[in-house]
Amino acid sequence: MSGMQTFEYAPGTLPADLDPDDPLHGELLQLNVGPQHPATHGVLRLLVTLDGETIRAVEPDVGYLHRGKEKTCESLGWRKFFPHTDRLDYVQPLMNNCAYALALEKLGGVEVPPRGQEIRVLLMELSRISAHLIYLGTTGIDLGAVTMFFLCFSERERIYDLLDAYTGHRMNNTYVRIGGVYADVDESLASAIREWVDSFPAKIDEFERMLTGNRIWYDRTHGVGVLGADAARAWSLTGPNLRASGIDFDLRRAEPYSGYEDYDFEIPIGTAGDCFDRYLVRIEEMRQSIRICRQALARLERSRGAEFLAEDRRYVLPPRDKVQTSMEELIFQFKVVTDMRLPRGEVYRAVESSKGELGFFVASDGTSQPLRCHIRSPSLMNVQAIPLLAEGRLFSDLVAIIGSLDFVMGEVDR
Amino acid sequence: MSALERLRGILGEGPYRVVPTRDAATPCLEVERAELRELARRLRDECGFESNTFVTAIDRLPARPRFEVDYQLLSISAGDRVRVRVLLDEDDAWVPSIADLWPGAAFSERECFDMFGVRFEGHPKLERLLMPAGYEHHPLRKDFPHHGIEPDRLYREWERGRARGAS
Repeated sequence: MSGMQTFEYAPGTLPADLDPDDPLHGELLQLNVGPQHPATHGVLRLLVTLDGETIRAVEPDVGYLHRGKEKTCESLGWRKFFPHTDRLDYVQPLMNNCAYALALEKLGGVEVPPRGQEIRVLLMELSRISAHLIYLGTTGIDLGAVTMFFLCFSERERIYDLLDAYTGHRMNNTYVRIGGVYADVDESLASAIREWVDSFPAKIDEFERMLTGNRIWYDRTHGVGVLGADAARAWSLTGPNLRASGIDFDLRRAEPYSGYEDYDFEIPIGTAGDCFDRYLVRIEEMRQSIRICRQALARLERSRGAEFLAEDRRYVLPPRDKVQTSMEELIFQFKVVTDMRLPRGEVYRAVESSKGELGFFVASDGTSQPLRCHIRSPSLMNVQAIPLLAEGRLFSDLVAIIGSLDFVMGEVDR
Repeated sequence: MSALERLRGILGEGPYRVVPTRDAATPCLEVERAELRELARRLRDECGFESNTFVTAIDRLPARPRFEVDYQLLSISAGDRVRVRVLLDEDDAWVPSIADLWPGAAFSERECFDMFGVRFEGHPKLERLLMPAGYEHHPLRKDFPHHGIEPDRLYREWERGRARGAS
């Protein structure tokens, strides 16, 4: 970049080149899309200005799902906020748990034992696949590929069965703690996950057979919603949307966490930055996630019996049996539950979630009451980019663009 | 070379102050409001911070100055992050907008205005992002109670409309 490059941010403003005397153009129609519309993937409202079929302006209106999560964190305290992180991006709760735990561990200086990190990596990659399946299924059904919806959701159901076996919940698992995870992955669960991991690559091939060479899918997504590399960076896009525009940036490589630096995987990069590239990037990311899952399972096999939760009595609850036999452990439990303090200061820690850079900026004043917990939501930035991609395109492309940007309103509004 | 050494090499001792934080990898630069835009521009054009990760604020009531506006910037090419902060008094809570330098910061600034009432002068559309238009409070301020403030003006208007028979 050279000189004083500036960008004009002016949503909802109309271009000056409209000719009111042109019989084919000039008559503008304002169309309200949402907030309750299946193609908006949640409660997103879009105010679209149409000139015939051409989109002249789009203005996203968010906030319909605003629940005040950041304020809730300040009133609940650090530990009790964990279940609320599940409800941010509700298609990948364990990923949100991990991101929040990593931020608190960075502030508190907690080391997670290797087995805890391996379980976290496994859970994060399962979450990523599950979230990408939602993307693929919902975008497919929006663009007319109804079968994709059933294929993807039945696979996702199998991930939910595995998580159900592990956590006891299908959704909103809350199984990550400061210092590790709540429970170990036992042999029967590991073999069930391994069985699914072995069966899934064939399913990805099936998805690709349905879509990649499909004429309708190709025409609806190829060359639609093109995003250049400079614009993607300047508009704060991260994750698959950034990589589809040709930028090699993945937080698992750039700022490794949970031992990702020791895993062998590749980062798919797009070239054109259109909806089709974003689709291809996510498909390949699922394959790479399977590779990481296999490595994590092999490591779990080797580290069986090791600690998966740190023995840090400042932040981690003592085991239940010790609490009932030892006075000291009971005091630790009482302190952690009622008065867990993090050191004074602010840190920011982000993970590569399925939507992009999911980060927590946590500020503590040294008391048990959080001073500030800002959630850096990748979905909000993805919503912000809708006008950039959609303006000047046909109205039917808006559905493809919304689907390909991939956001979840729970995370946009928080 | 750490991120701070790299920045010092490019910016010199500059109009900023380095604040020690618990985050060793991310330098935190404190800057006066008047110098913010110049520093932001140099960070973008000379230090390669192509992306704004977020803009947010911290309300340190009852400390003075009350607000701290935080900018987190990311350099994808250098793999660095930097945090820039500006301290603001309550009765003078405004900063110049950086949405023309990083268009991705526009929603973050709107959210920060919505939640804290910090004004971003020069922002192309400084409206509430998450709370409804016409809402009277700034919920993330420390003097806003956790249980909310009711009845709010919007709620009272809705009640009056309902009493008149409108749905």
